[in-house]
Amino acid sequence: VNADVIAILIKYAVMFGVFINIAPVMVWVERRGAGLIQDRPGPNRVGPFGLFQPLADALKFMFKEDVTPALADKPLYLLAPVLALMPAFTTLVVIPFGPDLTAFGRTIPLVVTNVDTGVLLFLAISSLGVYSLVMAGYASNNKFSLLGSIRASAQLISYELALTISVLAVLIPVNSFRLSDVVAYQQAHHVWNCIPQILGCIVFLISAFAETNRLPFDLPEAESELVAGFHTEYGAMRFALFFQGEYSNMAALGALGATLFFGGWTLPFLHLSGWLGAIVGLGTLIAKIAIAMAVFVWVRWTFPRFRYDQLMRLGWKVLLPLSIVNLILVAAMTLAGWL
Amino acid sequence: METVIFFLFAALALGSGIVVVTHKSPIYATLSLVVTLFSMAVLFVLLGAPFLGALQILVYAGAIVVLFLFVIMLLNVQKEEDAHVDRGVQLWVAILGALVFLGMFWLAFWRTGLRLGAAPSPPALTEAQVSLKGLATALFTDYLLPFEIVGLLLLVAVIGATVAARRPGSDEILPQDDLVGDDAAAGPVLPREVRS
Repeated sequence: VNADVIAILIKYAVMFGVFINIAPVMVWVERRGAGLIQDRPGPNRVGPFGLFQPLADALKFMFKEDVTPALADKPLYLLAPVLALMPAFTTLVVIPFGPDLTAFGRTIPLVVTNVDTGVLLFLAISSLGVYSLVMAGYASNNKFSLLGSIRASAQLISYELALTISVLAVLIPVNSFRLSDVVAYQQAHHVWNCIPQILGCIVFLISAFAETNRLPFDLPEAESELVAGFHTEYGAMRFALFFQGEYSNMAALGALGATLFFGGWTLPFLHLSGWLGAIVGLGTLIAKIAIAMAVFVWVRWTFPRFRYDQLMRLGWKVLLPLSIVNLILVAAMTLAGWL
Repeated sequence: METVIFFLFAALALGSGIVVVTHKSPIYATLSLVVTLFSMAVLFVLLGAPFLGALQILVYAGAIVVLFLFVIMLLNVQKEEDAHVDRGVQLWVAILGALVFLGMFWLAFWRTGLRLGAAPSPPALTEAQVSLKGLATALFTDYLLPFEIVGLLLLVAVIGATVAARRPGSDEILPQDDLVGDDAAAGPVLPREVRS
Protein backbone atom coordinates (compact mmCIF):
# COMPACT_ATOMS: atom_id res chain seq x y z
CA VAL A 1 0.00 0.00 0.00
CA ASN A 2 1.68 3.22 -1.08
CA ALA A 3 1.39 6.72 0.33
CA ASP A 4 -1.12 7.94 -2.28
CA VAL A 5 -3.63 5.27 -1.31
CA ILE A 6 -3.22 6.15 2.37
CA ALA A 7 -3.74 9.85 1.55
CA ILE A 8 -6.92 9.02 -0.40
CA LEU A 9 -8.23 6.86 2.46
CA ILE A 10 -7.59 9.60 5.01
CA LYS A 11 -9.28 12.21 2.82
CA TYR A 12 -12.26 9.93 2.31
CA ALA A 13 -12.46 9.29 6.05
CA VAL A 14 -12.58 13.05 6.70
CA MET A 15 -15.39 13.66 4.20
CA PHE A 16 -17.25 10.52 5.34
CA GLY A 17 -17.02 11.72 8.91
CA VAL A 18 -18.58 15.04 7.93
CA PHE A 19 -21.39 13.45 5.92
CA ILE A 20 -22.28 10.65 8.35
CA ASN A 21 -22.65 13.10 11.23
CA ILE A 22 -25.02 15.38 9.34
CA ALA A 23 -28.10 13.20 9.92
CA PRO A 24 -28.04 13.19 13.75
CA VAL A 25 -27.33 16.93 13.81
CA MET A 26 -30.09 17.54 11.30
CA VAL A 27 -32.63 15.55 13.34
CA TRP A 28 -32.23 18.15 16.06
CA VAL A 29 -31.96 21.16 13.70
CA GLU A 30 -35.01 20.10 11.71
CA ARG A 31 -37.25 19.57 14.74
CA ARG A 32 -36.09 22.64 16.64
CA GLY A 33 -36.31 24.65 13.39
CA ALA A 34 -39.85 23.44 12.86
CA GLY A 35 -40.67 24.49 16.42
CA LEU A 36 -39.14 27.90 15.90
CA ILE A 37 -41.04 28.51 12.65
CA GLN A 38 -44.32 27.19 14.04
CA ASP A 39 -43.95 29.07 17.34
CA ARG A 40 -43.69 26.03 19.62
CA PRO A 41 -40.76 24.65 21.66
CA GLY A 42 -39.92 21.50 19.70
CA PRO A 43 -38.06 18.63 21.44
CA ASN A 44 -36.68 20.02 24.74
CA ARG A 45 -36.79 17.07 27.19
CA VAL A 46 -33.59 15.11 26.48
CA GLY A 47 -30.54 17.07 27.56
CA PRO A 48 -30.04 20.85 27.33
CA PHE A 49 -32.22 22.34 24.56
CA GLY A 50 -33.15 18.77 23.59
CA LEU A 51 -29.64 18.31 22.20
CA PHE A 52 -29.54 14.58 23.04
CA GLN A 53 -32.77 13.90 21.15
CA PRO A 54 -30.89 12.32 18.16
CA LEU A 55 -29.22 9.91 20.61
CA ALA A 56 -32.58 8.89 22.02
CA ASP A 57 -33.97 8.52 18.49
CA ALA A 58 -31.05 6.32 17.45
CA LEU A 59 -31.58 4.06 20.49
CA LYS A 60 -35.28 3.84 19.69
CA PHE A 61 -34.52 2.86 16.08
CA MET A 62 -32.12 0.15 17.25
CA PHE A 63 -34.45 -1.46 19.78
CA LYS A 64 -37.62 -1.34 17.71
CA GLU A 65 -38.88 -4.59 16.24
CA ASP A 66 -37.75 -5.01 12.65
CA VAL A 67 -40.86 -6.03 10.72
CA THR A 68 -40.80 -7.35 7.17
CA PRO A 69 -44.20 -7.62 5.45
CA ALA A 70 -45.09 -11.26 4.72
CA LEU A 71 -45.73 -10.70 1.02
CA ALA A 72 -42.78 -8.35 0.45
CA ASP A 73 -40.19 -9.10 -2.17
CA LYS A 74 -37.44 -9.98 0.35
CA PRO A 75 -34.17 -9.37 -1.58
CA LEU A 76 -35.25 -6.00 -2.98
CA TYR A 77 -36.91 -5.01 0.31
CA LEU A 78 -33.63 -5.53 2.17
CA LEU A 79 -31.45 -3.96 -0.52
CA ALA A 80 -33.39 -0.71 -0.98
CA PRO A 81 -32.47 1.10 2.29
CA VAL A 82 -28.79 0.27 1.80
CA LEU A 83 -28.86 1.73 -1.70
CA ALA A 84 -30.37 4.92 -0.28
CA LEU A 85 -27.00 5.71 1.32
CA MET A 86 -24.91 4.83 -1.74
CA PRO A 87 -25.13 8.00 -3.90
CA ALA A 88 -24.19 10.53 -1.22
CA PHE A 89 -21.27 8.50 0.14
CA THR A 90 -19.93 7.91 -3.38
CA THR A 91 -20.35 11.38 -4.84
CA LEU A 92 -18.54 13.12 -1.99
CA VAL A 93 -15.25 11.93 -3.53
CA VAL A 94 -15.30 14.71 -6.15
CA ILE A 95 -16.03 17.60 -3.76
CA PRO A 96 -12.85 19.66 -3.11
CA PHE A 97 -12.48 20.81 0.51
CA GLY A 98 -9.28 22.83 0.65
CA PRO A 99 -6.20 24.15 -1.15
CA ASP A 100 -3.35 21.86 -2.19
CA LEU A 101 -1.58 20.75 0.97
CA THR A 102 2.19 20.30 1.00
CA ALA A 103 2.94 17.84 3.74
CA PHE A 104 5.23 14.84 4.30
CA GLY A 105 7.28 15.83 1.24
CA ARG A 106 4.43 15.65 -1.26
CA THR A 107 1.64 17.83 -2.63
CA ILE A 108 -1.80 16.53 -1.69
CA PRO A 109 -4.83 18.00 -3.47
CA LEU A 110 -7.62 18.23 -0.90
CA VAL A 111 -10.25 16.36 -2.86
CA VAL A 112 -10.60 12.59 -2.51
CA THR A 113 -10.10 11.97 -6.23
CA ASN A 114 -9.57 14.73 -8.76
CA VAL A 115 -10.83 12.86 -11.84
CA ASP A 116 -11.16 14.46 -15.26
CA THR A 117 -14.94 13.90 -15.31
CA GLY A 118 -15.60 15.27 -11.79
CA VAL A 119 -19.05 16.84 -12.08
CA LEU A 120 -20.27 14.22 -14.56
CA LEU A 121 -19.33 11.48 -12.10
CA PHE A 122 -21.32 13.27 -9.41
CA LEU A 123 -24.40 13.60 -11.63
CA ALA A 124 -24.09 10.01 -12.90
CA ILE A 125 -23.88 8.43 -9.45
CA SER A 126 -26.57 10.63 -7.92
CA SER A 127 -28.90 9.72 -10.80
CA LEU A 128 -28.75 6.11 -9.54
CA GLY A 129 -30.32 7.19 -6.24
CA VAL A 130 -33.82 6.80 -7.66
CA TYR A 131 -33.45 2.99 -7.71
CA SER A 132 -33.54 2.87 -3.93
CA LEU A 133 -36.96 4.58 -3.89
CA VAL A 134 -38.27 2.48 -6.77
CA MET A 135 -37.10 -0.79 -5.21
CA ALA A 136 -38.52 0.11 -1.80
CA GLY A 137 -41.92 0.97 -3.24
CA TYR A 138 -42.13 -2.08 -5.46
CA ALA A 139 -40.79 -4.58 -2.92
CA SER A 140 -43.14 -3.46 -0.13
CA ASN A 141 -46.12 -4.88 -2.00
CA ASN A 142 -48.33 -2.01 -0.93
CA LYS A 143 -50.27 0.25 -3.23
CA PHE A 144 -49.28 3.45 -1.44
CA SER A 145 -45.62 2.47 -1.63
CA LEU A 146 -45.97 1.65 -5.32
CA LEU A 147 -47.68 4.97 -6.06
CA GLY A 148 -44.88 6.72 -4.17
CA SER A 149 -42.15 5.09 -6.20
CA ILE A 150 -43.95 5.69 -9.50
CA ARG A 151 -44.07 9.36 -8.59
CA ALA A 152 -40.42 9.25 -7.52
CA SER A 153 -39.23 7.83 -10.83
CA ALA A 154 -41.13 10.44 -12.90
CA GLN A 155 -40.19 13.33 -10.61
CA LEU A 156 -36.49 12.59 -10.31
CA ILE A 157 -36.04 12.16 -14.07
CA SER A 158 -37.90 15.40 -14.79
CA TYR A 159 -35.90 17.55 -12.41
CA GLU A 160 -32.59 15.89 -13.20
CA LEU A 161 -32.71 17.47 -16.67
CA ALA A 162 -33.03 21.04 -15.38
CA LEU A 163 -30.45 20.37 -12.65
CA THR A 164 -27.91 18.90 -15.08
CA ILE A 165 -28.29 21.71 -17.62
CA SER A 166 -27.92 24.39 -14.94
CA VAL A 167 -24.74 22.65 -13.77
CA LEU A 168 -23.37 22.42 -17.33
CA ALA A 169 -23.77 26.19 -17.75
CA VAL A 170 -21.37 26.74 -14.85
CA LEU A 171 -18.73 24.66 -16.61
CA ILE A 172 -18.73 26.68 -19.87
CA PRO A 173 -16.57 29.61 -18.70
CA VAL A 174 -14.47 27.31 -16.49
CA ASN A 175 -13.69 25.05 -19.45
CA SER A 176 -13.27 21.98 -17.25
CA PHE A 177 -15.37 19.30 -15.53
CA ARG A 178 -13.19 19.35 -12.42
CA LEU A 179 -14.82 20.92 -9.38
CA SER A 180 -11.42 22.12 -8.14
CA ASP A 181 -11.12 24.14 -11.39
CA VAL A 182 -14.59 25.63 -10.76
CA VAL A 183 -13.41 26.78 -7.33
CA ALA A 184 -10.13 28.12 -8.74
CA TYR A 185 -12.06 30.03 -11.43
CA GLN A 186 -14.26 31.75 -8.86
CA GLN A 187 -11.24 32.59 -6.73
CA ALA A 188 -9.34 34.02 -9.72
CA HIS A 189 -12.27 36.16 -10.88
CA HIS A 190 -13.12 37.38 -7.36
CA VAL A 191 -16.83 36.68 -7.87
CA TRP A 192 -19.02 33.74 -6.96
CA ASN A 193 -20.86 32.11 -9.86
CA CYS A 194 -24.21 32.83 -8.22
CA ILE A 195 -23.91 36.48 -9.30
CA PRO A 196 -23.32 36.21 -13.08
CA GLN A 197 -25.36 32.99 -13.24
CA ILE A 198 -28.22 33.92 -10.92
CA LEU A 199 -30.76 32.22 -13.22
CA GLY A 200 -28.85 28.91 -13.22
CA CYS A 201 -28.41 29.18 -9.46
CA ILE A 202 -32.17 29.51 -8.90
CA VAL A 203 -32.95 26.60 -11.23
CA PHE A 204 -30.34 24.49 -9.43
CA LEU A 205 -31.78 25.39 -6.03
CA ILE A 206 -35.37 24.49 -6.96
CA SER A 207 -34.32 21.28 -8.73
CA ALA A 208 -32.24 20.28 -5.71
CA PHE A 209 -35.40 20.29 -3.56
CA ALA A 210 -37.13 17.98 -6.05
CA GLU A 211 -34.09 15.71 -6.40
CA THR A 212 -33.86 15.17 -2.65
CA ASN A 213 -37.64 14.68 -2.19
CA ARG A 214 -37.89 17.58 0.19
CA LEU A 215 -40.97 19.67 0.70
CA PRO A 216 -42.49 21.37 -1.27
CA PHE A 217 -41.69 18.48 -3.65
CA ASP A 218 -41.90 15.43 -1.37
CA LEU A 219 -44.60 13.81 -3.50
CA PRO A 220 -43.03 10.30 -3.26
CA GLU A 221 -43.85 10.23 0.48
CA ALA A 222 -46.73 12.76 0.66
CA GLU A 223 -48.03 11.64 4.06
CA SER A 224 -51.46 13.23 3.66
CA GLU A 225 -52.36 11.02 0.71
CA LEU A 226 -49.89 8.09 0.55
CA VAL A 227 -49.40 7.34 4.30
CA ALA A 228 -45.59 7.59 3.97
CA GLY A 229 -45.20 6.79 0.28
CA PHE A 230 -42.31 4.56 -0.71
CA HIS A 231 -41.19 3.84 2.87
CA THR A 232 -44.65 3.10 4.33
CA GLU A 233 -43.66 -0.49 5.18
CA TYR A 234 -40.26 0.30 6.65
CA GLY A 235 -39.60 0.63 10.35
CA ALA A 236 -36.79 0.57 12.89
CA MET A 237 -33.23 0.76 11.54
CA ARG A 238 -34.27 0.32 7.89
CA PHE A 239 -36.38 3.46 8.10
CA ALA A 240 -33.44 5.18 9.78
CA LEU A 241 -31.29 4.32 6.74
CA PHE A 242 -33.75 6.10 4.43
CA PHE A 243 -33.69 8.99 6.86
CA GLN A 244 -29.89 9.10 6.84
CA GLY A 245 -29.93 8.75 3.04
CA GLU A 246 -32.21 11.75 2.63
CA TYR A 247 -30.02 13.99 4.79
CA SER A 248 -26.82 12.74 3.17
CA ASN A 249 -28.20 13.43 -0.29
CA MET A 250 -29.23 16.92 0.81
CA ALA A 251 -25.71 17.48 2.13
CA ALA A 252 -24.14 16.16 -1.09
CA LEU A 253 -26.26 18.44 -3.27
CA GLY A 254 -25.65 21.29 -0.82
CA ALA A 255 -21.90 20.71 -1.15
CA LEU A 256 -22.20 20.62 -4.96
CA GLY A 257 -24.25 23.82 -4.99
CA ALA A 258 -21.83 25.56 -2.62
CA THR A 259 -18.90 24.52 -4.83
CA LEU A 260 -20.54 25.47 -8.13
CA PHE A 261 -22.22 28.73 -7.17
CA PHE A 262 -20.82 29.93 -3.83
CA GLY A 263 -17.06 29.56 -4.07
CA GLY A 264 -16.74 26.10 -2.47
CA TRP A 265 -14.15 25.96 0.30
CA THR A 266 -12.81 29.46 -0.40
CA LEU A 267 -13.59 32.60 1.57
CA PRO A 268 -13.58 36.00 -0.16
CA PHE A 269 -10.29 37.93 0.10
CA LEU A 270 -8.64 35.21 2.18
CA HIS A 271 -5.77 33.17 0.77
CA LEU A 272 -4.43 30.73 3.31
CA SER A 273 -2.24 27.73 2.64
CA GLY A 274 -0.69 24.84 4.51
CA TRP A 275 -2.42 23.13 7.40
CA LEU A 276 -4.20 26.31 8.45
CA GLY A 277 -5.60 26.70 4.92
CA ALA A 278 -6.72 23.06 4.89
CA ILE A 279 -8.55 23.38 8.21
CA VAL A 280 -10.14 26.73 7.33
CA GLY A 281 -11.11 25.33 3.90
CA LEU A 282 -12.83 22.30 5.38
CA GLY A 283 -14.51 24.49 7.99
CA THR A 284 -15.76 26.89 5.29
CA LEU A 285 -17.18 24.04 3.22
CA ILE A 286 -18.93 22.59 6.28
CA ALA A 287 -20.33 26.04 7.11
CA LYS A 288 -21.67 26.43 3.57
CA ILE A 289 -23.24 22.96 3.68
CA ALA A 290 -24.80 23.92 7.02
CA ILE A 291 -26.30 27.07 5.48
CA ALA A 292 -27.70 24.97 2.61
CA MET A 293 -29.24 22.54 5.13
CA ALA A 294 -30.76 25.43 7.06
CA VAL A 295 -32.38 26.66 3.83
CA PHE A 296 -33.77 23.15 3.23
CA VAL A 297 -35.34 23.20 6.71
CA TRP A 298 -36.59 26.78 6.39
CA VAL A 299 -38.31 26.04 3.05
CA ARG A 300 -39.77 22.76 4.32
CA TRP A 301 -41.65 24.41 7.17
CA THR A 302 -42.69 27.45 5.13
CA PHE A 303 -44.22 26.15 1.89
CA PRO A 304 -47.11 23.71 1.40
CA ARG A 305 -46.71 20.69 -0.87
CA PHE A 306 -47.21 21.05 -4.62
CA ARG A 307 -49.88 19.04 -6.43
CA TYR A 308 -48.50 16.39 -8.78
CA ASP A 309 -49.56 18.11 -12.02
CA GLN A 310 -48.18 21.43 -10.73
CA LEU A 311 -44.89 19.68 -10.01
CA MET A 312 -44.67 18.29 -13.54
CA ARG A 313 -45.69 21.62 -15.10
CA LEU A 314 -43.06 23.50 -13.08
CA GLY A 315 -40.35 21.01 -14.03
CA TRP A 316 -41.00 20.72 -17.76
CA LYS A 317 -42.57 24.06 -18.70
CA VAL A 318 -40.70 26.46 -16.42
CA LEU A 319 -37.42 25.08 -15.07
CA LEU A 320 -36.25 23.17 -18.15
CA PRO A 321 -36.75 26.13 -20.59
CA LEU A 322 -35.19 28.49 -18.02
CA SER A 323 -32.14 26.25 -17.67
CA ILE A 324 -31.73 26.12 -21.48
CA VAL A 325 -32.06 29.92 -21.70
CA ASN A 326 -29.42 30.18 -18.97
CA LEU A 327 -27.13 27.79 -20.88
CA ILE A 328 -27.39 29.87 -24.08
CA LEU A 329 -26.94 33.14 -22.15
CA VAL A 330 -23.82 31.89 -20.40
CA ALA A 331 -22.39 30.54 -23.65
CA ALA A 332 -23.00 33.90 -25.36
CA MET A 333 -21.50 35.83 -22.44
CA THR A 334 -18.46 33.57 -22.49
CA LEU A 335 -18.02 34.09 -26.24
CA ALA A 336 -18.33 37.84 -25.74
CA GLY A 337 -15.61 37.63 -23.11
CA TRP A 338 -17.75 38.90 -20.23
CA LEU A 339 -17.15 35.88 -18.02
CA MET B 1 -5.42 -5.17 -9.79
CA GLU B 2 -6.88 -3.97 -13.10
CA THR B 3 -7.14 -7.54 -14.36
CA VAL B 4 -9.03 -8.58 -11.24
CA ILE B 5 -11.47 -5.66 -11.63
CA PHE B 6 -11.86 -6.44 -15.33
CA PHE B 7 -12.78 -10.08 -14.76
CA LEU B 8 -15.04 -9.21 -11.83
CA PHE B 9 -17.08 -6.70 -13.80
CA ALA B 10 -16.96 -8.64 -17.08
CA ALA B 11 -18.44 -11.63 -15.22
CA LEU B 12 -20.98 -9.36 -13.54
CA ALA B 13 -21.99 -7.84 -16.88
CA LEU B 14 -22.41 -11.27 -18.49
CA GLY B 15 -24.19 -12.79 -15.49
CA SER B 16 -26.65 -9.94 -15.09
CA GLY B 17 -27.12 -9.87 -18.87
CA ILE B 18 -28.24 -13.50 -18.73
CA VAL B 19 -30.62 -12.64 -15.88
CA VAL B 20 -32.09 -9.81 -18.01
CA VAL B 21 -33.21 -12.23 -20.72
CA THR B 22 -34.14 -15.21 -18.57
CA HIS B 23 -35.81 -13.86 -15.42
CA LYS B 24 -39.59 -14.20 -15.28
CA SER B 25 -40.20 -11.01 -13.29
CA PRO B 26 -39.89 -7.87 -15.44
CA ILE B 27 -38.76 -5.81 -12.43
CA TYR B 28 -35.83 -8.12 -11.70
CA ALA B 29 -34.93 -8.22 -15.40
CA THR B 30 -34.88 -4.41 -15.56
CA LEU B 31 -32.86 -4.06 -12.36
CA SER B 32 -30.36 -6.59 -13.73
CA LEU B 33 -30.08 -4.38 -16.81
CA VAL B 34 -28.93 -1.61 -14.48
CA VAL B 35 -26.20 -3.91 -13.12
CA THR B 36 -25.16 -4.78 -16.69
CA LEU B 37 -24.97 -1.12 -17.69
CA PHE B 38 -23.03 -0.22 -14.54
CA SER B 39 -20.51 -3.03 -15.16
CA MET B 40 -20.12 -1.83 -18.75
CA ALA B 41 -19.41 1.66 -17.43
CA VAL B 42 -16.67 0.25 -15.19
CA LEU B 43 -15.19 -1.55 -18.21
CA PHE B 44 -15.21 1.75 -20.14
CA VAL B 45 -13.30 3.40 -17.30
CA LEU B 46 -10.78 0.53 -17.31
CA LEU B 47 -10.30 1.08 -21.06
CA GLY B 48 -9.30 4.67 -20.31
CA ALA B 49 -12.58 6.30 -21.35
CA PRO B 50 -14.05 7.68 -18.10
CA PHE B 51 -16.24 10.14 -20.02
CA LEU B 52 -18.05 7.32 -21.84
CA GLY B 53 -18.37 5.47 -18.54
CA ALA B 54 -20.00 8.45 -16.84
CA LEU B 55 -22.34 9.03 -19.78
CA GLN B 56 -23.27 5.35 -19.82
CA ILE B 57 -24.49 5.61 -16.21
CA LEU B 58 -26.00 9.09 -16.57
CA VAL B 59 -28.01 8.39 -19.72
CA TYR B 60 -28.78 4.68 -19.67
CA ALA B 61 -28.79 3.58 -16.04
CA GLY B 62 -29.88 6.94 -14.63
CA ALA B 63 -32.62 7.89 -17.08
CA ILE B 64 -33.70 5.37 -19.71
CA VAL B 65 -33.97 2.32 -17.45
CA VAL B 66 -35.83 4.39 -14.85
CA LEU B 67 -38.43 5.05 -17.54
CA PHE B 68 -38.63 1.29 -18.22
CA LEU B 69 -39.29 0.72 -14.52
CA PHE B 70 -41.84 3.55 -14.48
CA VAL B 71 -43.84 1.90 -17.25
CA ILE B 72 -43.55 -1.58 -15.75
CA MET B 73 -44.75 -0.39 -12.35
CA LEU B 74 -47.49 1.72 -13.88
CA LEU B 75 -48.89 -1.27 -15.73
CA ASN B 76 -48.15 -3.41 -12.65
CA VAL B 77 -46.82 -6.33 -14.71
CA GLN B 78 -46.19 -9.10 -12.20
CA LYS B 79 -45.15 -12.07 -14.33
CA GLU B 80 -44.09 -12.38 -17.90
CA GLU B 81 -47.05 -13.56 -19.95
CA ASP B 82 -46.80 -16.06 -22.75
CA ALA B 83 -46.48 -14.20 -25.99
CA HIS B 84 -49.09 -15.38 -28.48
CA VAL B 85 -46.77 -15.64 -31.44
CA ASP B 86 -45.86 -18.34 -33.87
CA ARG B 87 -43.05 -20.33 -32.20
CA GLY B 88 -41.78 -21.58 -35.56
CA VAL B 89 -41.16 -18.09 -36.93
CA GLN B 90 -39.59 -17.08 -33.62
CA LEU B 91 -37.17 -20.01 -33.80
CA TRP B 92 -36.01 -19.14 -37.31
CA VAL B 93 -35.56 -15.48 -36.44
CA ALA B 94 -33.56 -16.48 -33.36
CA ILE B 95 -31.30 -18.77 -35.41
CA LEU B 96 -30.78 -16.02 -38.00
CA GLY B 97 -29.93 -13.50 -35.28
CA ALA B 98 -27.49 -15.89 -33.63
CA LEU B 99 -25.79 -16.56 -36.99
CA VAL B 100 -25.37 -12.84 -37.69
CA PHE B 101 -23.99 -12.28 -34.18
CA LEU B 102 -21.54 -15.19 -34.42
CA GLY B 103 -20.48 -14.02 -37.88
CA MET B 104 -19.67 -10.55 -36.60
CA PHE B 105 -17.91 -12.01 -33.57
CA TRP B 106 -15.82 -14.25 -35.79
CA LEU B 107 -15.04 -11.40 -38.18
CA ALA B 108 -13.88 -9.23 -35.29
CA PHE B 109 -11.58 -11.96 -33.98
CA TRP B 110 -10.34 -12.88 -37.44
CA ARG B 111 -9.38 -9.31 -38.19
CA THR B 112 -7.71 -8.58 -34.86
CA GLY B 113 -7.25 -11.26 -32.22
CA LEU B 114 -6.21 -14.27 -34.29
CA ARG B 115 -3.60 -12.36 -36.27
CA LEU B 116 -2.10 -10.36 -33.45
CA GLY B 117 1.32 -11.85 -34.05
CA ALA B 118 1.25 -11.41 -37.83
CA ALA B 119 -0.11 -7.91 -38.37
CA PRO B 120 1.00 -4.79 -36.50
CA SER B 121 -1.62 -3.97 -33.88
CA PRO B 122 -3.42 -0.63 -34.32
CA PRO B 123 -1.92 2.25 -32.33
CA ALA B 124 -3.34 2.61 -28.86
CA LEU B 125 -5.80 5.44 -28.24
CA THR B 126 -4.02 8.53 -27.01
CA GLU B 127 -5.08 10.72 -24.13
CA ALA B 128 -6.04 13.45 -26.64
CA GLN B 129 -8.48 11.10 -28.37
CA VAL B 130 -10.38 9.86 -25.32
CA SER B 131 -10.38 13.09 -23.33
CA LEU B 132 -13.43 15.33 -23.31
CA LYS B 133 -11.79 17.91 -25.56
CA GLY B 134 -10.66 15.24 -28.04
CA LEU B 135 -14.15 13.72 -28.23
CA ALA B 136 -15.81 17.12 -28.60
CA THR B 137 -13.38 18.21 -31.31
CA ALA B 138 -13.98 14.99 -33.25
CA LEU B 139 -17.77 15.31 -32.89
CA PHE B 140 -17.91 18.90 -34.09
CA THR B 141 -15.38 18.65 -36.94
CA ASP B 142 -14.90 15.21 -38.55
CA TYR B 143 -18.27 13.76 -37.53
CA LEU B 144 -20.40 16.89 -37.63
CA LEU B 145 -22.88 15.60 -40.23
CA PRO B 146 -23.62 12.25 -38.48
CA PHE B 147 -23.89 14.15 -35.19
CA GLU B 148 -26.45 16.56 -36.64
CA ILE B 149 -28.39 13.70 -38.22
CA VAL B 150 -28.59 11.92 -34.86
CA GLY B 151 -29.96 15.15 -33.39
CA LEU B 152 -32.59 15.28 -36.14
CA LEU B 153 -33.49 11.64 -35.49
CA LEU B 154 -34.04 12.39 -31.79
CA LEU B 155 -36.24 15.37 -32.71
CA VAL B 156 -38.33 13.12 -34.95
CA ALA B 157 -38.65 10.62 -32.09
CA VAL B 158 -39.81 13.37 -29.72
CA ILE B 159 -42.45 14.58 -32.19
CA GLY B 160 -43.55 10.99 -32.79
CA ALA B 161 -43.94 10.38 -29.05
CA THR B 162 -45.97 13.58 -28.65
CA VAL B 163 -48.27 12.58 -31.51
CA ALA B 164 -48.69 9.08 -30.06
CA ALA B 165 -49.60 10.52 -26.63
CA ARG B 166 -52.42 12.68 -28.03
CA ARG B 167 -56.03 11.61 -27.67
CA PRO B 168 -57.34 10.83 -31.15
CA GLY B 169 -59.30 13.79 -32.52
CA SER B 170 -58.38 16.24 -29.79
CA ASP B 171 -55.66 18.76 -29.13
CA GLU B 172 -55.27 17.65 -25.53
CA ILE B 173 -52.24 15.67 -24.46
CA LEU B 174 -53.16 13.01 -21.88
CA PRO B 175 -52.87 14.75 -18.51
CA GLN B 176 -50.44 13.29 -16.01
CA ASP B 177 -53.17 12.90 -13.38
CA ASP B 178 -54.87 10.14 -15.34
CA LEU B 179 -51.67 8.13 -15.49
CA VAL B 180 -50.66 8.39 -11.87
CA GLY B 181 -54.09 8.27 -10.30
CA ASP B 182 -53.38 11.36 -8.26
CA ASP B 183 -57.05 12.28 -8.02
CA ALA B 184 -57.98 8.84 -6.77
CA ALA B 185 -55.42 9.05 -3.99
CA ALA B 186 -56.22 12.64 -3.08
CA GLY B 187 -59.65 11.80 -1.73
CA PRO B 188 -62.96 13.45 -2.66
CA VAL B 189 -62.78 15.51 -5.82
CA LEU B 190 -63.29 19.17 -5.07
CA PRO B 191 -64.14 21.89 -7.55
CA ARG B 192 -61.08 23.22 -9.38
CA GLU B 193 -61.08 26.60 -7.62
CA VAL B 194 -61.11 25.07 -4.17
CA ARG B 195 -58.23 22.70 -4.87
CA SER B 196 -55.86 25.14 -6.45
